[in-house]
Amino acid sequence: MVPLSHYLALGAVVFVIGAAGVLMRRNAIIILMSIELMLNAVNITLVGFSRQWGDLTGQVLAIFVITVAAAEAAVGLAILISLNRDRSVLNVDEVNLLKW
Amino acid sequence: MELLFFYLFAAGIIGASLLVVTRSNVIHAALLLVLTFFFMSGVFVLAGAEFLAVVQVLLYAGGIMVLYLFSIMLMNAEVSVRLRQFHRQSFFTIVVSLILAAEIWWKVLGGGAAYPAFKGFSWTLGTTPGNVEALGSILYTKYLFPFEVASILLLAAMIGAIVLAKRTIDR
Repeated sequence: MVPLSHYLALGAVVFVIGAAGVLMRRNAIIILMSIELMLNAVNITLVGFSRQWGDLTGQVLAIFVITVAAAEAAVGLAILISLNRDRSVLNVDEVNLLKW
Repeated sequence: MELLFFYLFAAGIIGASLLVVTRSNVIHAALLLVLTFFFMSGVFVLAGAEFLAVVQVLLYAGGIMVLYLFSIMLMNAEVSVRLRQFHRQSFFTIVVSLILAAEIWWKVLGGGAAYPAFKGFSWTLGTTPGNVEALGSILYTKYLFPFEVASILLLAAMIGAIVLAKRTIDR
């Protein structure tokens, strides 16, 4: 039997890896992938709690997290495609239109 | 035995996700992310969430990552392999991430946090109602309204993606 703290520790480690990826990388696609990683870390935590309490609410919430991740991936990739077509950049620090 | 498999999957998840955030080739990162999702589906099976494990493979590895790979094909992503991959302030990023990890560790896993003991599954494998049936019944009764809101969100995201990725942009 896996104790709850193992699920929480795994979720925390994956979340921190994803956050470091978002903050460190210049490539916009990999930033989106790191966001997916963070959302999945939250899913691990939700499923661990759902198992601990014997309550399905955590799994329902994980389904909604997956839905939001799908929407986020679609819109984010559409933004990246239009950005790449208009200005042919993929690095986030070259996109400084709003910077002053 | 269960603990052994959990450690196996956890090592796979952590190793593959570390590779995802450090690879310079975007396609390698995407395929490693698929591997991460497969390991996560194994963890979900261990936690008794069989439906979520299937959804993880079908929707994440099969749907979202294929969307990513198609988008990578549409952009000329191989140009960025030769460029610098990390920001100049990466050192501070690592410091901030370690602080975040310490905070989570102290707050969630530290001595102050007390969680109730494991009381056993309210659903078990091979009996009725199983995980899928229980999840379906709770999703369509108690959580019907959030379910419908999620469908509206998906519709809005679909229309938004089509509008954003349209070829002609009105200026």
